[in-house]
Amino acid sequence: MNELRVLVIDDELGMRLGAERVLSGLTIDLPDVGEQVRFLVAQAESGEEGLEKIAAAVPDLVLLDHKLPGMSGLDVLDRLTADKRDVLTIMITAYASLETAISATKRGAYDFLAKPFTPAELKAAVRKAAHHVMLQRQARRLAEEKRQVRFQFISVLAHELKAPLAAIEGYLRIIQDRSAGDDQAAYDHMLDRSLVRLEGMRKLIVDLLDLTRIESGQKQRDLKDLDVREVARTSIETLLPSARERNIAIRLHADAPVVLSADRGEIEIILNNLVSNAVKYNRDGGQVDVTVRADEQSVALEVRDTGIGMSREDLERLFQDFVRIKNEKTRNILGSGLGLSTLKKLATLYGGEVSVTSEPDVGSTFTVVLRKRPDGQEDAHATRDDRRLAAGN
Amino acid sequence: MTRTKQTILVADDDEDFVAMTKILLEAQGYEVLAAGGQKEAGKLLAGRSVSLAIVDLMMEHEDGGFALCYHIKKKDPAIPVILVTGVTSETGLEFDAATDEERKWVKADVMLAKPVRAEQMRREITRLLAGKD
Repeated sequence: MNELRVLVIDDELGMRLGAERVLSGLTIDLPDVGEQVRFLVAQAESGEEGLEKIAAAVPDLVLLDHKLPGMSGLDVLDRLTADKRDVLTIMITAYASLETAISATKRGAYDFLAKPFTPAELKAAVRKAAHHVMLQRQARRLAEEKRQVRFQFISVLAHELKAPLAAIEGYLRIIQDRSAGDDQAAYDHMLDRSLVRLEGMRKLIVDLLDLTRIESGQKQRDLKDLDVREVARTSIETLLPSARERNIAIRLHADAPVVLSADRGEIEIILNNLVSNAVKYNRDGGQVDVTVRADEQSVALEVRDTGIGMSREDLERLFQDFVRIKNEKTRNILGSGLGLSTLKKLATLYGGEVSVTSEPDVGSTFTVVLRKRPDGQEDAHATRDDRRLAAGN
Repeated sequence: MTRTKQTILVADDDEDFVAMTKILLEAQGYEVLAAGGQKEAGKLLAGRSVSLAIVDLMMEHEDGGFALCYHIKKKDPAIPVILVTGVTSETGLEFDAATDEERKWVKADVMLAKPVRAEQMRREITRLLAGKD
């Protein structure tokens, strides 16, 4: 339950008491924003007193009489605007004068109410304002959460970019000072490691750009009917050289073409990520099985490896940005820690999901399910929510 | 008079940091115990004692370095610990081991930010090991 603070500024005692009576017992249900609102009412009998009370404690809503002794309602409105008070004002006009209403709205009033008004009219106006306030609050909360997530992401990113720089810089200084003496092999090793770290950094930057493009929604998606089996084949071919180096076999299981309306680039990123992980985290001489299946509603991509697997604890953290499972078995495996985050975000675009089962030292199986018609009911709902929030701003 | 080499533990999941620190320390006549993480360091420490430890803050877990520092000091509070980190201001993790108060909860004697200059590392080690053998 939310409590909104309302200040009634009116020189007529009857008006103030009437408004207080209507609002203090009122509970407004706002089902579309999922909130309930109650009101805490205070009064002021002049513009000057009202401003004093607002300065002491800013209310959420002000019911402001237009015609006041001393400062007029419009003067009060101007002061509120000048002071950048974050408060909604409903202007109460003595008669339904269109000019007054327009002039008040221009000067920052949210709404107006013409005297005389019934309790029902007052409730309706207050309900509309309360709805606006709650939406604003939600939008602000969302923006704050987003800011937090973004801050965290950038912090970790900075760390991930600085680590290879520190390593390379350290090696270069040792080489510069000849700190390893006359051991030529030691210097060669440092140069090799520097190149490996540079490669890792390049991979991180490329993955980061992929992820940013997907998240920003700025990339033009080119949805066409395509054969996922054929994309899988290409992806396997791309990764075959690195698999052969370690004597790992990759097999494709798909009886027939599997057609999906999709962006080819996105499906390639998904499959490349899955197959490349299955090779990277495999044992030498291991095996990768790629299966493409379809039913009425969806297409499933399953990639099974015979690699090092993961513990239950590792599985829980797996899909977070930059999380890389660090242990003695993964120490020499390069990765940005962004591949699976990207994969998950892409799957969401197809109304799909990613799941994984794994057993240490036996292997892991990743399954990505993509829905053939992702723009189902849930999506329509999301769009409506977005519009609503945009209107709230 | 023969003097036994002093042993320094270096624990970091960044194998390159471990490798280069090892080169630098060995060139100065120390023996180095290299560990690729918190767990490995724990195992190495169970078997033998060290004169000093250099520990990275973020290892298998975000605060793995803190845990390891705590473990080392619990075993022997006299072992000097240098905590090394690549994260400082960016993460909002702002702390130091400059005052007694800070050293009480950050169980380390010194904190150094990566990249650590060889000269700086050498100076801190010499200072922390002064009077010990």
